[in-house]
Amino acid sequence: MAKVKPRVKVPKTGEVGEIIEIKTLISHPMHSGRAVDGDGKLVPRQIIHSFRASFNGTEVMSVDLKPSVSANPFFTFPFRVTESGTFDFVWIEDGGREYTKSKKISVS
Amino acid sequence: MYCLCAAGLSAILPKIALAGPEEAAARVNEITGGFASDDDLIVLDLPEIAENGNAVKVAFDIDSPMTRENYVRAVYILADGNPEPDVATFNFSPAMGACFASTRMRLSKTQNIHVIAAFSDGSFSSASAKVKVTIGGCGG
Repeated sequence: MAKVKPRVKVPKTGEVGEIIEIKTLISHPMHSGRAVDGDGKLVPRQIIHSFRASFNGTEVMSVDLKPSVSANPFFTFPFRVTESGTFDFVWIEDGGREYTKSKKISVS
Repeated sequence: MYCLCAAGLSAILPKIALAGPEEAAARVNEITGGFASDDDLIVLDLPEIAENGNAVKVAFDIDSPMTRENYVRAVYILADGNPEPDVATFNFSPAMGACFASTRMRLSKTQNIHVIAAFSDGSFSSASAKVKVTIGGCGG
């Protein structure tokens, strides 16, 4: 399988109370279990089924994904910054494998 | 001859049984208990025509103060013409400060998209829109 690579865009700095927009993308084929390969064989289901975003250890949002989410799942969502800290993002694949990415923001 | 052809097709693609509006409606009822109606709290951003069903952008913006007392706890995206109606479920928290998000989905054919917002007080809102799909995104 092609390399699975998570990417996240978070502003480096913010002001207290500001609502920032976070953009996340993970390169992943999201095999739905319904498509056939070149030999006419069904490709088994293999998707990212869960995405979680935390800030300073507290979960702020999550997404449950179904096979209808496109390949290379992409999400944007807001977050209100109140203090400096670290975002942790985790994508969980069928079978339990996890892909993670962290981003820091400094808030003034 | 036509029948033979159809039988052959279904033998090759046994799993492409599309959900249909009834199954999607049942799922909407399951989520909301029947207490949701389309209103203007949810602003949907969906293309009217999607040339490529493999990646159709869906974005929503929901009018909510996102405080501890009053926030959107979940948003469900359903597609009534896909093999299964559920596309994605977003679980939100007041820490977000606002309630908007976007993603990309696969659509197998022209169909209706339903977005349901579940509020912290137990109420629901929904919004629907039809997307015309030129090339389906089931990958089959």
